Amino acid sequence: MRIRQLSLWLVAGAALVALPFVYREPYHLHLIILILIWSFAYTSWSMMGRFNLVSLGHGGFMGVGAYVTALLWNHLGVSPWLGIPVAMFAAAILAVVVGYPCFRFRITGHYFVLVTLALSGIVLQVITATRDYTGGSLGYTPDRTRGSHLLALQFDDKLTWYLIALGVWAAGLAIWQWVDRSMDRYALEAISEDEDAAAAAGVNVTWEKLKITVISALMTSLAGALYCQYQMFISPDTVSGISVSLQMVFAVIVGGLYVSLGPTIGAIITIVLAEILRIGFGTGAVGWDNLVYGVLLVMFIIFLPKGILGSILERLKPRPKRWEAKS
Amino acid sequence: MMDIFDIYLLEAIINGILLGGVLALLALGLNLIFGVIDVTWICYAELVMIGMYGMYYLVQYFGLPYYAAAPITILLVAILGALLHLLVIAPLLSAPPINQLLATGGVLFILQSVATVAFGINFRNLGIRLPVLQFADMHLSYSRLLAFAAALIGMVLVYLFMTRTYVGTAIRAISQDRQIMALMGVDTRRIYLITSALGGALAGLASCLLVLQYDVHPFVGLSFGPITFLICVLGGLGNFVGGFVAAFVFAEIISLGGLFSDLEWGYVLAFAFFIVMMFIKPAGLLARRS
Repeated sequence: MRIRQLSLWLVAGAALVALPFVYREPYHLHLIILILIWSFAYTSWSMMGRFNLVSLGHGGFMGVGAYVTALLWNHLGVSPWLGIPVAMFAAAILAVVVGYPCFRFRITGHYFVLVTLALSGIVLQVITATRDYTGGSLGYTPDRTRGSHLLALQFDDKLTWYLIALGVWAAGLAIWQWVDRSMDRYALEAISEDEDAAAAAGVNVTWEKLKITVISALMTSLAGALYCQYQMFISPDTVSGISVSLQMVFAVIVGGLYVSLGPTIGAIITIVLAEILRIGFGTGAVGWDNLVYGVLLVMFIIFLPKGILGSILERLKPRPKRWEAKS
Repeated sequence: MMDIFDIYLLEAIINGILLGGVLALLALGLNLIFGVIDVTWICYAELVMIGMYGMYYLVQYFGLPYYAAAPITILLVAILGALLHLLVIAPLLSAPPINQLLATGGVLFILQSVATVAFGINFRNLGIRLPVLQFADMHLSYSRLLAFAAALIGMVLVYLFMTRTYVGTAIRAISQDRQIMALMGVDTRRIYLITSALGGALAGLASCLLVLQYDVHPFVGLSFGPITFLICVLGGLGNFVGGFVAAFVFAEIISLGGLFSDLEWGYVLAFAFFIVMMFIKPAGLLARRS
């Protein structure tokens, strides 16, 4: 059973790595790269979301990742290889500054959502306010490198980006699995059920929550930085703010919050949906994609709160479980 | 030099108080919904945005005078609030609270994109320019004074409604104990619907006042939505008085911050202040430490 599962993963992984060597249609590769990058971002949101830590501040972390990397490159000439870790560090600091008082003083549920919501709003305001450096709401473009492409982390071919995005996405899934198998998972699940009981059972509530928040913020800011390096254009609306945060929530809820591939399914659905709408409606599509997202989000929360993949897996589950119980 | 500075400072302080009135109105609506139904409307500022468009079209296209358009807008947004409750919140009342909150997040998306599709992304303004009051070298716009006065009147009316009428008393009772009131013969569904409509009406009133000061565009809600949430959390969600006080504190910070730098930095400063306050008074501004 274990070996079969492992070989299945290996085959799937090999097929994904081999894909761009066989299939080179640039537009489709572009879509797949975007799906991989956003899947990684959504996965990092779900790391917190699955423990009932609903954050709407992830747009802020993503914005920090993208803008710090790009600003360091343009103004100080710092290579993204150094800039991305700095940006991730900055996002982690931000996560601690906002997260620590929240967790230490039991700001949970609605309160936590609203505080993090304000966080992403504020990051958006800061980007807009520092328009002399960041270009404000008009967006920002990292300078094209004149020297080494590798040093500047700017590649013109889709193949390289595909492999980078695939690697990061796989790492994201690996981290998800790692958390899933760790003791922290049980601690965090206990916390999400009942904080007082968890604390009484010896779980360090503040520390556990802070740990998962920082991991999640680090990953999200990396996703932001990668998105910036790949698209070579960022604007406050695409990488930060409340709408990006809600987009993450939407994708994860649609895909499935409690399964590792759920966010990926969510990313595939949302991005393909947005592309179909864009092609179908042309320039008239402005607004329509978000309208469909919004309606779907409400419908899913009311009728299918476990998401598409989560619900499918649940349907499939009972049989293997009974088998295990017997053997 | 010092004299001029002081006048500017005073002007900023007064403008802060005037801004505080409208923010307090917004916070009151949100607190009312939270206190009674235990739901946070993430899309609250977007209801205000729709109301602002309502004002714009009623005044610009149908040629209604401002004071005739305002009640229609308030009614419109009140109906919107009731619909939001019936269509989205009511089916989710027994679901985890976070689901209700995220569903209103979906409504936020819907309202923004409906506005984008129907009205376009251009900035529009009402075309009413109220004069500016000059008083001792200070410039205070009438639109802000009007907004402040109307917000105060609105809040007093809500207070009277809550304390002097049967329905208001029932609303307050429900916010204290949701289970018992149903046993006491109060129709909770009806009360929830009335509360939602009332919350919508407050958003409608706010939109009538804000449309005088700001241009309307589909994303205008984002410029005062987050600050309203901060106010409600700082005041203690569901705590009316706390929200009222917090609104003025925030308005002063924004206004004074804007005096020394851009308005956006005022918001940033307000957020920084909020984080610090969370360390000192995590349960809200007026909460006693237990």
